[in-house]
Amino acid sequence: MYIFYILLIFMIIAAIIAIETKNLLSAVICIGALGFGTSLMFLFLRAPDIAITQIVVEVLGLIILIRATISRDLTFISGDKEFFGTVISVVIIFVIFLAGIKVFETLPDFGTAIFARVSEGPSQTYIEEGLKNTGAANIVSSVILDYRAYDTLGEATVLFTAIIGATVILRKKAKKLLEEPDL
Amino acid sequence: MKGMTIIVKTVSSWVKMLIVLFGIYIILFGHLTPGGGFAGGVILASSYLLIMLAFGREFVQKDLPLALDSKLDCLGALLFAMIAVLGLVLCDKIFFVNFLHQKYLPGKEFNLISSGTIPLSNIAIGLKVGASLFLVIFLLSTFRREKSANK
Repeated sequence: MYIFYILLIFMIIAAIIAIETKNLLSAVICIGALGFGTSLMFLFLRAPDIAITQIVVEVLGLIILIRATISRDLTFISGDKEFFGTVISVVIIFVIFLAGIKVFETLPDFGTAIFARVSEGPSQTYIEEGLKNTGAANIVSSVILDYRAYDTLGEATVLFTAIIGATVILRKKAKKLLEEPDL
Repeated sequence: MKGMTIIVKTVSSWVKMLIVLFGIYIILFGHLTPGGGFAGGVILASSYLLIMLAFGREFVQKDLPLALDSKLDCLGALLFAMIAVLGLVLCDKIFFVNFLHQKYLPGKEFNLISSGTIPLSNIAIGLKVGASLFLVIFLLSTFRREKSANK
């Protein structure tokens, strides 16, 4: 139980350093520490699927960010923060905090499953009949690719569309077309 | 990007095989052990990222051309959609039903060949995610080189 609080404090400190530091490289390293903390948290909460995905995506993103940071000439952040933007973000964070308190009151206690409160919920059916209905030993896999396969189809479509957009913007021909004078 | 020193090249030419093998394992055993298509695809993409960082961009371009990469991406998406539509055609007109497990190939529980379309979907998603993430990384690095050349 204490390990969660230690990890939480570690992650909060890493997040604060990532925002407040002036050096871009140390900000990227702090984001990496934050991601690995999240992955450890998932592992201790017994969600190895999410932990594997989190750690792999974190490594890939971190490599790209470090490559992009080192090769830039400007590695230090300069300039003051605007007053108006700061006030707006503080107000928005406060509203989200109030809404979060309301949401946390409805959650079950730590370590209790959701079907302890909602006994007729679909998660009970997934756990009891997942192996018989789908034949998959990994229940996460049976949920995301059989019971809730529509979600996965939507997620794959989102990724596909994003890649098409990135390819169209970054290809060579489009940039040449953009540089030409407008007709 | 010309690549790194000979130490990095030698080590990464050995390590890349292990990373590819681990990615394929994560994808193929996604319905038995933790993992699945998305995580395995990202591991495959990161193996090609390692080769790109160690050997340079031109080496990877010869190994996996950009046209082939985008074709693999489209193939993965098409396979996943085909699995969904095949459920509509082959089994009781239900979209995305697990038709192999329900009707044609029940399989034995806890075996590699079991649970019908779930391993096939994992393979399709892994192909799609790996190809598309590597495509984005490659395009971003090309974009940066051209921008610095213009200066």
